[in-house]
Amino acid sequence: MFMIELVGIEKHFEGQVVVHPLSLTIKEGEFLTLLGPSGCGKTTILRMIAGFEQPSKGEILLAGEQVTELAPNQRDLNLVFQHYALFPHMTVEDNIAFGLKMKKMSLKEQKERIAEAVAMTQLTALTARYPHQLSGGQQQRVAIARAIANKPKVLLLDEPLGALDLQLRKNLQSELKHLQRTLGITFVYVTHDQEEAMMLSDRIVILNQGKVEQIGTPREIYAAPKTLFAATFVGENNVFSTPEGLFTVRPEKLRPVRGELEARKHGVIQDVLYLGNVHKLTVQLDNEPMTVTIALDFTDERPWQIGERIGVNWNQRDEVAIGS
Amino acid sequence: MRKSKLMLAPVLLWLSIFLLIPMLIVVVISFTQRDTLGNVVFSFSLEGYKTFFDSLYLGIYWDTLVLSVLTTVICLLVSYPLAYYIANAPAKMQKWGLILITIPFWINFLIRTYAWVLLLRTQGVVNTILMHLGWIQDPIQMLYTKGAVLLGMVYNFIPFMVLPIYVALEQMDKRLLDAASDLGASRWKAFRYITLPQSKSGIMTGAVLVYVSTTGMFVVTDILGGAKSMMISNIIQSQYLGARNWPFGSALSVIFVITSLILIMLFNRAMQSKADRAKEGRA
Repeated sequence: MFMIELVGIEKHFEGQVVVHPLSLTIKEGEFLTLLGPSGCGKTTILRMIAGFEQPSKGEILLAGEQVTELAPNQRDLNLVFQHYALFPHMTVEDNIAFGLKMKKMSLKEQKERIAEAVAMTQLTALTARYPHQLSGGQQQRVAIARAIANKPKVLLLDEPLGALDLQLRKNLQSELKHLQRTLGITFVYVTHDQEEAMMLSDRIVILNQGKVEQIGTPREIYAAPKTLFAATFVGENNVFSTPEGLFTVRPEKLRPVRGELEARKHGVIQDVLYLGNVHKLTVQLDNEPMTVTIALDFTDERPWQIGERIGVNWNQRDEVAIGS
Repeated sequence: MRKSKLMLAPVLLWLSIFLLIPMLIVVVISFTQRDTLGNVVFSFSLEGYKTFFDSLYLGIYWDTLVLSVLTTVICLLVSYPLAYYIANAPAKMQKWGLILITIPFWINFLIRTYAWVLLLRTQGVVNTILMHLGWIQDPIQMLYTKGAVLLGMVYNFIPFMVLPIYVALEQMDKRLLDAASDLGASRWKAFRYITLPQSKSGIMTGAVLVYVSTTGMFVVTDILGGAKSMMISNIIQSQYLGARNWPFGSALSVIFVITSLILIMLFNRAMQSKADRAKEGRA
């Protein structure tokens, strides 16, 4: 069953197209990510689904029902805001209870829902605290608990981890994924962090300047990018141009060879980066204005030197032809 | 900790010189006597306080309390919608709204208050218009009534209420309203549960400013209330300057300051939520 259907939605703002016509269906229980750089329209799309923005054209269906014209408080979905937007004058418990109170739920039921939500987000010990007494990560959890307590059909998340430091992000990413699997709720997630998108999503929508570049599973997007933008935005990539068009080869698919052995390209090592599980060579190609990056795994123990001349090889099957 | 205390020193010094010491002098004088010439004689006496319990003064004391509280309440009822409207207007309109609110302050306070005399007196603008319209036969006595004093107070102190409420509303994170709406709140519910509690600090500041200013204001009472309306502040003024009975004037001041402090404390207690107390507990 389709949980969300976007039918040709567009957003114009002061004569400018913020979101180009977009049609997209999101399945029940799916974790879908809108990925793109800032200003690509991903947050606008999310806000249109939530009801804070009206599409200039097109329709939005939630579980088969037309919601295009409905106000946010009439849509059975919840949004986790980028800066959490916790109510500062309410305790954690009252924040979580707010949506339940608005639904006029009985006190007994409220208590149950709150207990459930705080248990899932590991906030049980903190229910009497106020937002200003919590760390960033804890505030983030409250924002999620406040949303999931309503048991919405869809949970929208607008860069929910954007304000946190790296280590905390990593922890919360796996928590989020786990939560989504447990709840089985459809998640629509907005981020500019491609690694985060790859890790969490069932499907990714890559957006650039209000246009969809590619929709696909993380594997499809990594292995078979369709556009130059998709090829270079997600993961590192080497782009080669030939008279027939462009093709890309991922750094881990390139192989360096010593001496004047047979090779597709030749060049000089500019830099050697040691990263633990991999090391990377940056190679300036002969007669071409470009460098390529080669990723070698930890089993390669050959001593690569800066300034060394090497050949660069790859298998033809690892070439990915892309449109412009 | 020690360093932060040290940094408070200039403020404390300022407060001691300009607030605490004068207050102490007033308190001391309130327990003294005066001689026949009106000089303060420094021997202990409760004469000033005894005089207060005269029914005449108790009545004025009560009138003052009622008028001050009423002024505060009316100012709040008028100012909140005004401040809300300004705070939610486009940025350019906000600037103009604030200028319009503060413009009366550019004109001398006495002139502004005398203008009300011209409007309200028996041959004044309001009565003339009403008679021309045929709504009334004889002019209504508006000037020199308690109503006129109330009007003058409210008129003068509305900006004191509008500005703090505006600041509180303007500083509120508007995304909280999006969050409330997302969680199912109607616009009214979002106002009731989010905006109103978030603007409480502004209401508290405004209420205290208006209340304290009203209790100390004797010029408005003089001009618009005539001889019939009297407030404690008028009595205090006349005891110091006219009757030269400083001990009694001081006793009245002390009593009224204490009353005001108690009222403000009760008000704060009533307005303070658990959240505020939690915040203070942390600090």
